[in-house]
Amino acid sequence: MTAALALGDDALVLSHRLGEWAGRAPVLEEEVALANIALDLLGQARVLLSLADDEDELAYLREERAFRNVQLVEQPNGDFAHTIARQLYFSTYQELLYERLAHGSGPFAPLAAKAVKEVAYHRDHAEHWTLRLGDGTDESHERMRRGLDALWRFTGELFEPVEGCEVEWHTLHDAWLTRITSVLERATLAVPEGPRRGGWAAGAGRQGIHTEPFGRMLAEMQHLHRSHPGATW
Amino acid sequence: MTTMAADAGAYEAVFDAALAADERIEPRDWMPDEYRATLVRQMAQHAHSEIIGMQPEANWITRAPSLRRKAILMAKVQDEAGHGLYLYSAAETLGTSRDELLDKLHSGRQKYSSIFNYPTLTWADVGAIGWLVDGAAITNQVPLCRCSYGPYARAMVRICKEESFHQRQGYELLLALSRGTEAQRAMAQDAVDRWWWPSLMMFGPPDDASAHSAQSMAWKIKRHSNDELRQRFVDICVPQAESLGLTLPDPELRWSEERGHYDFGPIDWDEFREVLRGNGPCNAQRITQRRRAHEEGAWVREAAAAYAAKHGEAQA
Ligand SMILES: [Fe+2]
Ligand SMILES: [Fe+2]
Repeated sequence: MTAALALGDDALVLSHRLGEWAGRAPVLEEEVALANIALDLLGQARVLLSLADDEDELAYLREERAFRNVQLVEQPNGDFAHTIARQLYFSTYQELLYERLAHGSGPFAPLAAKAVKEVAYHRDHAEHWTLRLGDGTDESHERMRRGLDALWRFTGELFEPVEGCEVEWHTLHDAWLTRITSVLERATLAVPEGPRRGGWAAGAGRQGIHTEPFGRMLAEMQHLHRSHPGATW
Repeated sequence: MTTMAADAGAYEAVFDAALAADERIEPRDWMPDEYRATLVRQMAQHAHSEIIGMQPEANWITRAPSLRRKAILMAKVQDEAGHGLYLYSAAETLGTSRDELLDKLHSGRQKYSSIFNYPTLTWADVGAIGWLVDGAAITNQVPLCRCSYGPYARAMVRICKEESFHQRQGYELLLALSRGTEAQRAMAQDAVDRWWWPSLMMFGPPDDASAHSAQSMAWKIKRHSNDELRQRFVDICVPQAESLGLTLPDPELRWSEERGHYDFGPIDWDEFREVLRGNGPCNAQRITQRRRAHEEGAWVREAAAAYAAKHGEAQA
């Protein structure tokens, strides 16, 4: 179940990062919105991970090298623009991917059909804020540009084929780039330049190679569960 | 002069009659200035409590020990943000904006419930807060669903439904711990030991020392006295603690046949006053985090306003 782990870990890890915003959002409406997105993702993660094995064992008892999420979703929140850039890249990808899975005949079709509605809202939320920040003030424009640039190098990995997902990855990539280009243009922002991936030849996150902040995230997430082996909560 | 006085008297008579008939006062109705001020103060303090109250629980979102518990906790903290939204909107019907109220919170001119100045030290605190703090909040708030001011009463109906979920989830969390390993059980008992007395203080000072109570009762903003509600809460909690298999940290707690209520020991009002005065374990931390989130979000709010102005979009 490579695919269930890959997609499940993406949702689990991004949900965790969004959960870190609780009590710190710039406006009360965003406390609600970010929590909504985090909850949708956590729900998806639980279904996907349960297809593979016990959800809690997978979430709490795997070592860093066994996680299959893309590196993009584990990147720390940064400022609100950085979080929105991460949301824009990921939710656009996830919506396109889930649309395709929903129309396929694979084991993820039912989950994808349900999740795609949630993800459409996540993408809408990200686009909305990309427009406001890009075309808002000089400061917000600059912050949004920096967030998009900094995360650009993690976007190539999104289109590494995932075993078990019957998807044409090339057309998925093209659709993604078209969509991102159009949003950024409307937001008066440029599509970042530069490499789309780091120096790893491997599929990096998908093969269990993560970035340094991820280990610390897992330490926090897993600490309590691991401190009480065998306990039920 | 005389006509105006006569008019004011006529308005007041209408207001008094509405109160007497248990009718709702609505935003456009005439109301005494002090009634308006009392409501704004109370709704603001309530709204502030909802959003400050997110902090001690959000403290455990990233460490929740199972995915199921994590989802429940995230949803709970989100509910509290929603409660804040309803209550600030209800306060806006009296002509006070959310910005104005937040400003008063950040500058310390308005308060929030002192209970949130205590720290959440272990996972069991999440359960103790749900069971005891949300439980006390419900005891306080159910009567507010019949509050004389319409928008406040209606907001409370929605809020109370969600608070009772929180209370049950907290109880259920503690039950799982109490039936768990020795270490989990000890964690649950320790949390209840620390949260019990602060929860009793949530009902405010005893009736003979409560500054605003009498007038609020006359205006039907408040329906029961602090001591009455506190007693009701104790009576509910004692049997629940027994079912949980946990003890409440009060050696004087016992059923009184003659009163038909549980007797309980004296509350340390010195501690209450100290925490209220700002000397609780987390007062500075809570308000600092709130201010920081607000200040760090300023550029986001400015961007949204600038974008709305450029594109003629109604502001969020
Ligand atoms: Fe609440
Ligand atoms: Fe609550």
